[in-house]
Amino acid sequence: MIWNQEMECLPREERRALQLYRLRRTLRRVYETIPAYRRKFDEAGVKPDDLKHLEDLQKFPFTSKDDLRDNYPFGLFAVPLKDVVRIHSSSGTTGKPVVVGYTREDVDLWAETIARTICCAGGGPDDIIQVAYGYGLFTGGLGLHYGAEKIGATVIPISGGNTKRQVMLFEDFGVTMLACTPSYSLCIAEMMDEMKVDRSKLKLKAGVFGAEPWSNSMRNEIEERMGLKAYDIYGLSEIIGPGVSSECEYQDGLHICDDHFIPEIVNPDTGEVLPEGEKGELVFTCITKQAFPTIRFRTRDISRLTTEPCRCGRTATRMERTSGRTDDMLIIRGVNVFPSQIESVLMEIEETEPHYLIVVDKRGSMDELEIRVEVREQIFSDEVRKLEELQHKIRKEIESVLGISAVVRLVEPKTIERSMGKAKRVVDRRTLENGPETGGKVS
Amino acid sequence: MKLRQISIFLENQAGRMAEVTGILGRAGVNIRAIALADTADFGIIRLIVDKTDKALEVLKNEGITVKETQVVAVEIPDRPGALAAILNILGKAGINVEYLYGFLDRVEDRAIMVFRFEDPDQALGILTKEGYQALNGSRVHSM
Repeated sequence: MIWNQEMECLPREERRALQLYRLRRTLRRVYETIPAYRRKFDEAGVKPDDLKHLEDLQKFPFTSKDDLRDNYPFGLFAVPLKDVVRIHSSSGTTGKPVVVGYTREDVDLWAETIARTICCAGGGPDDIIQVAYGYGLFTGGLGLHYGAEKIGATVIPISGGNTKRQVMLFEDFGVTMLACTPSYSLCIAEMMDEMKVDRSKLKLKAGVFGAEPWSNSMRNEIEERMGLKAYDIYGLSEIIGPGVSSECEYQDGLHICDDHFIPEIVNPDTGEVLPEGEKGELVFTCITKQAFPTIRFRTRDISRLTTEPCRCGRTATRMERTSGRTDDMLIIRGVNVFPSQIESVLMEIEETEPHYLIVVDKRGSMDELEIRVEVREQIFSDEVRKLEELQHKIRKEIESVLGISAVVRLVEPKTIERSMGKAKRVVDRRTLENGPETGGKVS
Repeated sequence: MKLRQISIFLENQAGRMAEVTGILGRAGVNIRAIALADTADFGIIRLIVDKTDKALEVLKNEGITVKETQVVAVEIPDRPGALAAILNILGKAGINVEYLYGFLDRVEDRAIMVFRFEDPDQALGILTKEGYQALNGSRVHSM
């Protein structure tokens, strides 16, 4: 089912006309109401009225995560706080968190984009949707919640964690769809194995998974172990949260709600806009949001775009599944590796924020990936066998998620450096040429 | 009749053992028995000490990963074949020993074996029936 036939299947030319109209209005609004944007536009020597065609958007300055932090907490809001009905915030592992606000209209818009997302994955009013994304400041839980309610589905707002109960509710409530992070779905799958759940007795048919990069091999594993079809959904709180784009049944790229968020692909080094089909950094501009209309936000996610209509009938721009980050991505033995993937695996196993260090080195001509995991009380067993089992389990999970082998070393707590800013998670010795190791312990 | 044992996680690194035992020494904690299990990367020290709470406190304050486990201490004669005899009994009863270590009594002519069982109560029942004496905590901790 297509949730919003008219907007999702709007012919390209009409779509572009609508985008242009909305973009001009938004640029004027941010210039008039947000001093930080006015300053940046002035510095770049552009005025909202310089936008004559959609392509003129590239004359306008980017917004980075740092801009968001510099204006903490409400400096980039385009409306007074009394018109803001909701605040969300990123976790803020690096200094100040990013704060975003929504007016009542924005909350409705968000529900609309999530409604499209869920319908894209085959959901409808008859579905029972278990939302196992975290509820709270994180946009995942409440985002999915409002959209699922909007289409008239039955929502189970269980939030993350309490995995046994998640499985129990699948069985007892006849849950048909699951929304959570891909790594958490594997954690649930493991619990299902442990509880010896008969998959054929469950009604699960689809999962909408996002909020972290995941591979196709992980998709296959999830589909096999959970007995459902796994859909990739994409979003970020700086734009709206989940709901920016999502896969349909053809799983041939993610449909962007580009009547609300204009995508661009730029060269991450030069900022130059790249032609359609080329790989680069995703940039989004919000053209309908009231409280927090971000202009040309650098996502640091790597993808590519196509405006070819999809076989499903939707005409919105599609983005390829994100294949990396411009910031913390590592390439090990030719495979893209994100520290966040390793973190998710450890989080699943430890059920708490893990402390770890990724060390990449050369052994002869081969890259070697070593992961040092601090053994804290909750995972410490006084039997060697059990610690070795833990080591083995981490290694196995990491191999299945990354598709490459890793050495896992258990280390004492506090041996991994904690700095005031972002925890140092990666030491890439391949580029240091025998330089000193900076992340490990000096004893 | 169970005994409090402290287990410590350590990386296999020169000098670490000295550091940890030094922490206990400075806190006035006396070690009654010690056993070390190790792999190429890490080791687990198991200790029975006179002041368990104090030891746990100072180790945790130093950020060391410690865990308290329950073990059973059994008195056996200090002569050839004595350990084999008790292990035979346990084996026949299907009791799984996770690990064990022993030490000698300074005064009396006997050895004390410390066992970690999957099911300590079941093991205690069988050993008592066979005439073995499990030592109570206060006796071992203050030996």
